[in-house]
Amino acid sequence: MRPQHFPHHPRHLHPGAWWLWAVGLAAAAGRTQNPVPLLLALAVTGFVVGARRSTAPWARSYTAFLRLALLLIAVRVLFQVLLSASAEGPTVLFTLPSLALPATSGLKLGGAVTLEALLQATYEGLQLAVILCCVGAANALGSARRLLRYVPAALYEIGVACVIALTFAPQLVTDAARVRQAHRLRGHRGRGLRGLRRLAMPVVEGALERSVELAAAMDSRGYGRTTGDPLTRRRTGLLVLAGLLGLCVGVYGLLDVTTSAWLGAPMLLLGALVAVTGVVAGRRGHTGRSRYRPDPWALPEWAVTLSGVAAAAGAALDAHLHPALLVLASPTAVPPVPLLACAGILLAALPAVLAPPPPDSATPAARDAASPLGVAA
Amino acid sequence: MIELDGVTLTYDGASAPVLRDVDLHVPEGELALVVGRTGSGKTSLLRLVNGLVPHFSGGRLRGRVRVDGRDTAVHRPRDLADVVGLVGQDPLAGFVTDNVEDELAYGMESLGLPGDVMRKRVEETLDLLGLAELRGRPLTDLSGGQQQRVAIGAVLTTHPRVLVLDEPTSALDPLAAEEVLAVLQRLVHDLGLTVLLAEHRLERVAQYADRVILVPGDGSVVSGTPAEVLATSPIAPPVVELGRVAGWHPLPLTVRDARRRAPALRERLTTADLPDRRTTSGGVVAQTTDLTVTYGRVNALRGVSTRLARGEVVALMGRNGAGKSTLLRALVGMRRPTSGRVEVIGTAPADLRAGDLLRHVGLVPQVPGDLLYTSSVGDECAEADRDAQVPAGTTRALFDRLSPGVPDERHPRDLSEGQRLTLALAVVLAARPPLVLLDEPTRGLDYTAKHRLVEILRDLVAEGHGVLLATHDVELVAEVATRVLVIADGEVVADGPTVDVVVSSPAFAPQVAKVLAPAPWLTPTEVAVALAGSEVPR
Repeated sequence: MRPQHFPHHPRHLHPGAWWLWAVGLAAAAGRTQNPVPLLLALAVTGFVVGARRSTAPWARSYTAFLRLALLLIAVRVLFQVLLSASAEGPTVLFTLPSLALPATSGLKLGGAVTLEALLQATYEGLQLAVILCCVGAANALGSARRLLRYVPAALYEIGVACVIALTFAPQLVTDAARVRQAHRLRGHRGRGLRGLRRLAMPVVEGALERSVELAAAMDSRGYGRTTGDPLTRRRTGLLVLAGLLGLCVGVYGLLDVTTSAWLGAPMLLLGALVAVTGVVAGRRGHTGRSRYRPDPWALPEWAVTLSGVAAAAGAALDAHLHPALLVLASPTAVPPVPLLACAGILLAALPAVLAPPPPDSATPAARDAASPLGVAA
Repeated sequence: MIELDGVTLTYDGASAPVLRDVDLHVPEGELALVVGRTGSGKTSLLRLVNGLVPHFSGGRLRGRVRVDGRDTAVHRPRDLADVVGLVGQDPLAGFVTDNVEDELAYGMESLGLPGDVMRKRVEETLDLLGLAELRGRPLTDLSGGQQQRVAIGAVLTTHPRVLVLDEPTSALDPLAAEEVLAVLQRLVHDLGLTVLLAEHRLERVAQYADRVILVPGDGSVVSGTPAEVLATSPIAPPVVELGRVAGWHPLPLTVRDARRRAPALRERLTTADLPDRRTTSGGVVAQTTDLTVTYGRVNALRGVSTRLARGEVVALMGRNGAGKSTLLRALVGMRRPTSGRVEVIGTAPADLRAGDLLRHVGLVPQVPGDLLYTSSVGDECAEADRDAQVPAGTTRALFDRLSPGVPDERHPRDLSEGQRLTLALAVVLAARPPLVLLDEPTRGLDYTAKHRLVEILRDLVAEGHGVLLATHDVELVAEVATRVLVIADGEVVADGPTVDVVVSSPAFAPQVAKVLAPAPWLTPTEVAVALAGSEVPR
């Protein structure tokens, strides 16, 4: 067996495998509002990221996603408290002074806050938070930019747009921080609508300027140079786009249980099929782009992908066999343990050992120098 | 290799062409240096070579541009990627991938080269540019010089015949700049590459150039050997100016040339009076005591104690990442000290309300545009008056003094680098802060704008402001600084009068000091004044 098949041989796992794994886990989370499997899934993402992330800057992004997820839960609960549409359940915790809004709006400001409503809001927030953390884990483990290398050359414009988006989303945050600090130097506190306007102008202008700069750099380095004849290019582009659209609808169907069953797995498969046909057709049409050290798709990739599929399958099975375990009848009752779903999610923790560890970015020579033996030299 | 025949370039909506009837030929294997003021059309000239102008920028091009026989009119930039490699001003802005190795391979992937060729070329390039140690490192973790070398390597892997670089060293400290220039020289000598290079810091690059192309800004282009062009050019590196002052012919282009001619000049200067560099410094405006700042587990500053007084210009020097910016940030209260104290006129800046801060200390950040947020110069000045609570028109008057003749309705983004810097400076000065800080003020400034900045700084000091500037520009330091503070790894390693710190330092010595060492002369002007003085009796 070649070394890439061994899980202990250090290398970067194919980013596609990490994203598939994350989608599987997110699909499992999308099936349930039961806090037991949800918290388990959250723990699994954290555990796997902790075990298999590299030292690269984007690997630190998981914490940012986690923070965002916690914020999301807090906001969801806050809204529930302030705008309790209906006092669900008998256990009133406290009563806020209420303000009557026109009855047609269906909203009520303030009023009685019940334990049931709070718990329900927390669980709903938790579900979204876990899905968000799955994306965060995928981004930390298989950098989105590495994934972008596998975008077929036929999708020239989309490739440029993705690279720019990936560069400037984080850049926008650092720019905003820098400009905000600069405003303090002019004697503003940078708050309120005026502060926002003053912030937006330099940040957005700067980002636009640099987007153009990056697009120019990609162009002058030959990106999209050999895209074959226009007809094949158009046909490939159309196929791949339709396929990706199908994939998106499929993922949406998997995550959202309320949609028709036809939107889930079947659409996902169909989309994948169309997209692959497009890519293959594009290859035959000689798109001419080659790949430097392509990541192999070996046993660990299969294992990671399958563990994600296991999570999704477990939840799907449970949803079919014991729907009451996944959708709680009463939020105050002690949540039951859906065995199949939990088992699936636990399987999704296996990549922590089945995926190869990321290689050390330091060179062997530098490592020797850093080792205790090298210190004397 | 590069041929421009009768080229006239007019951008959409512009009243006059940027370049007019330009005929320019750069033969194979030459290192051609493009000089000129900002906004003179240097960048346009560089981008013509790989077709970004006009394919990407728009505008009308007449005449013919050919590179290695390929006409850019019918070849898009991506079709020229195997002939021309273009490295932009900010390497980080042009990076497409995550790590060094992928970035080097990116261009080759686009050309569709087979895997084994790519591997071989990546290894060769890593060795050629001394990047082997960094191969797996994320690009954002590299230092400025390393990033610049990766950017050069990334275009080299496609084996271009021409390399075009836009101000490759302007953001780098002197040693990192030398690293990059050494690489370029090696490429020209060993691989026979044709290099077209734009740079404001002539003192760094003039010695490597085979040809100088002067873009005066009126649409014409002058091309010739460095000695020819620099002899008459209004902009020249200090060593050439020294040659003019001393009456040497032909003019020396390198410190080494000049040193060989220098003994006679040194002899003449022994009797001359040394320039009076005494400063009349007033009261202390700011001081730090055992200032320590840590980011996570990184010590950005370790026990820095220093004081800044009215009437002095202190230059803050040191490698990229040595802690210069952190010290500035601590002085304006953006960063609270982890331990130790910072005081600006007796108060800790971090405790000041934003409204009071600007009457204590002002900072012009590295990107002066960060301070500006309205859509016209007039609005910007009016806002600044309101922020500083000074009579209307104060900022405008200041700006007019610094850069006269800019109309009120001009958008700040359309100003030249120098004008944008002075606008930010005017905005900061409106509240008359006793302490003025500048972070890398000469980045992207041409010689004329730099001279203006020197005058402005001298005026500020004369008016009793204290000035601290963080910079890599040794020539600026020689011109204007009264004291130099060198920090390395978060610690102050040198703090003293400019002459004492700078003359003996291999990295920070200005060209004139290198030529005339050990005598403590710093600028051509000082020498000129001294010579004039000593020659009066004759």
